[in-house]
Amino acid sequence: MNQSATAVMDHRHPMPGMQVYNLKLGMWIFLLSEVMFFTSLIGSYIILRFAHPDHWTQPGVVLNVPLTAVNTFLLICSSVTMVKAFACIEQGDQKGLKLWLLGTIMIGATFVGIQAYEYVHLIHEGFVPNFAAYTAEGGNLYGATFYLMTGFHGAHVTIGVLCLIFVLFRAMKGAYTSESYGGVEIIGLYWHFVDLVWIILFTIVYLL
Amino acid sequence: MSTAHLVSSLEGEDRTQPGYTGEEHHELSFIRKYVFSTDHKVIGKQFLFLSLFFLVVGGALAGMMRWQLGFPGQPMPGGGIFPDTMAPGGIILPEFYNSLVTMHGTIMVFFAIMPLLVGVFGNLLIPLQIGAPDMAFPRLNMASFWLAVPAGIVMLAGFLVEGGAAGAGWTSYAPLSTSSEWTGVYLGQQLWVASLIIMGFSSLTGAVNYITTVINMRAPGMTWFRIPLPTWSLFITAILILLAIPILTGGLIMLLFDQTIGTTFFIPAGSGEPLLWQHIFWFFGHPEVYILILPAMGIVSEVLACRARKPIFGYHAMVLAMISIAFLGWIVWGHHMFQSGMNPMLGTTFMISTVVIAVPSAIKTFNWLGTLWRGDIHFDTPMLHALSFVSMFIIGGLSGIFMASAPVDMYIHDTYFIVAHLHYVLFGGSLFGIFAGITFWFPKMFGRMMGEGLGKIHFGLTFIFYNMVFFPMHNLGVQGMMRRIYDPNEYEFLQPLQEMNTFISISVFLLVATQFLFAFNFFWSMFKGRQAPANPWNSNTLEWTVPSPPPHGNFAVMPTVYRGPYEYSSPEVEADFYPQNQPPPQADA
Repeated sequence: MNQSATAVMDHRHPMPGMQVYNLKLGMWIFLLSEVMFFTSLIGSYIILRFAHPDHWTQPGVVLNVPLTAVNTFLLICSSVTMVKAFACIEQGDQKGLKLWLLGTIMIGATFVGIQAYEYVHLIHEGFVPNFAAYTAEGGNLYGATFYLMTGFHGAHVTIGVLCLIFVLFRAMKGAYTSESYGGVEIIGLYWHFVDLVWIILFTIVYLL
Repeated sequence: MSTAHLVSSLEGEDRTQPGYTGEEHHELSFIRKYVFSTDHKVIGKQFLFLSLFFLVVGGALAGMMRWQLGFPGQPMPGGGIFPDTMAPGGIILPEFYNSLVTMHGTIMVFFAIMPLLVGVFGNLLIPLQIGAPDMAFPRLNMASFWLAVPAGIVMLAGFLVEGGAAGAGWTSYAPLSTSSEWTGVYLGQQLWVASLIIMGFSSLTGAVNYITTVINMRAPGMTWFRIPLPTWSLFITAILILLAIPILTGGLIMLLFDQTIGTTFFIPAGSGEPLLWQHIFWFFGHPEVYILILPAMGIVSEVLACRARKPIFGYHAMVLAMISIAFLGWIVWGHHMFQSGMNPMLGTTFMISTVVIAVPSAIKTFNWLGTLWRGDIHFDTPMLHALSFVSMFIIGGLSGIFMASAPVDMYIHDTYFIVAHLHYVLFGGSLFGIFAGITFWFPKMFGRMMGEGLGKIHFGLTFIFYNMVFFPMHNLGVQGMMRRIYDPNEYEFLQPLQEMNTFISISVFLLVATQFLFAFNFFWSMFKGRQAPANPWNSNTLEWTVPSPPPHGNFAVMPTVYRGPYEYSSPEVEADFYPQNQPPPQADA
């Protein structure tokens, strides 16, 4: 009886008539909770900044805007390569999929690398989250909210890169076809979300 | 067209992905079947044992608190086993009392009531009631449970570290919670934060799973307005969890940084904003309140309709009331902060939005009464618990209106009136709902009936002792006894209340002792109870159409649903129930 139960209903798939397969729907729902997570960080930043404007400096005084602008451009490009990877596997192009995935991974890793480089420089200049050790211009809340928001975004990019490596690994084994590409699609959703969050963070943390 | 093609073609891929447990399940080892199980029913039972364990722990902590309040400064019986840092000679220290208050609240909310409602009934009921073979993501479901276990261990570890367990209250207001300077708690406060972050991930994985399952995995014919109310309530609760928990996680991370790496998000000495923590906490905290009551409402609706043998009164209104409670729950958090300093205009706004919640709550209450009206009421154990849910929820709801009014709240804020109110909704509401649920679905979980006589005795004594414990607390609060006070006798005006406090404490011990009846009944019935038929309550919903307990994969044939879940005493059929999957008579002809 058990076997027939499985044959009749495979719980990995939506019931007849449902339009979005489970993995994709689950990822969309998960991203909603991610929106709320970043909302709590950004909301706290807004409240602290309005309460203590003296802790912030003019844009570009402490933070390196040109360098981060380049980094932002890179991350946007990685969204393009991600779309290309997805477009390739939709057409059944295995080679293109692997190539564009590799490109996305390289750009994502570069983004994290540049962020780490930026952190090292800022810490060296006394721009730290710690109240007692803060010696840069402005006040310690500037440092604390900066590392909080960019740090958690960086962690998301890092996790994304690790997942992309996993997807690439599976792609090399030929796990995806033009008819079955759920893994590529959902990591793409996550990647675009992380990219979108960065555009918001770059605007409010660096430019405003 | 193309999407349908995609869906069917995905089958090939998804079988290779983690989580696919399809064909190989009949050869599972003991570990895979009972420990690292991906079967939603087993995970539901795992949550049941975990959260009942924490219910016992939380109850023991409450008992110790009540000993101190009932018999201040006297050695606890058997208290000699505690080290001198907690209770030298069995006499509870003030610092240890703070830890007891904090850990009782935290454990009951996050490790007992929430997993009992969401972890147990969410897992057990959602797939069975919508006609699905399992959750959408069985492996993720397993991860949800196995994240809750380390979270519980980290929480309890607080008692073992130097400085004791967290002592800043379950709300952990900053700056009290940010530094050991004030609480005397070092690592315990950080473990508290870490534990709740882990528990947040557990709840989140569960919520993603429940929402996906309800949207995508319903059997043919199971339209939105044919979904049984427990599943509706759990679906709405899952959305609240999904959106509220990440807010708390964000706040907890900032709190952890304040405690460990020297940031000052919430510390005024470093320009931080203590009120920011309160806003974050209660923006999460008020939806959390509804996370703790909505599933109990769903369970009670099911039990009332089934045991009164009548369709639920106003099914659509019940669903819409739950949706509006869930929505309004997001815009009322300021009522926890009337005394924290707030623009009176803003306070009035929060007051009005809070009072508005009384409308959907009253709709639900009157619909429950309407369901009972002229029903063929069967007073068995689940029904008794459900009836006491309704009556206790009315008392708790009405005392809520007192606190929602900002001028009244100024007087009763942080007094025992609050303690009385929150226990009337959390114990009188949620816990009676949980008892109703456990006794109602026990046959489906374990394949045996629960002892009815012992169940009724347990219900009666619990109901009496519960009211003896919590009703006098309204009086204590109105007379000014503070919510978290260690020894009220320090204040002359509270000294006359000592007799009432002693009465409450003795009632608590009786209430705790009564729960041994439940524990005995629970375990005895699990092994020796009468064998349960598939549908012992003559209920309509799909979980009763499969054997008790249901096999792995649940349904031998995918059920087709023809009607809503509460067609009791229908004129269309002879029997007084009409299962959702029974074809209508004309289909036979």
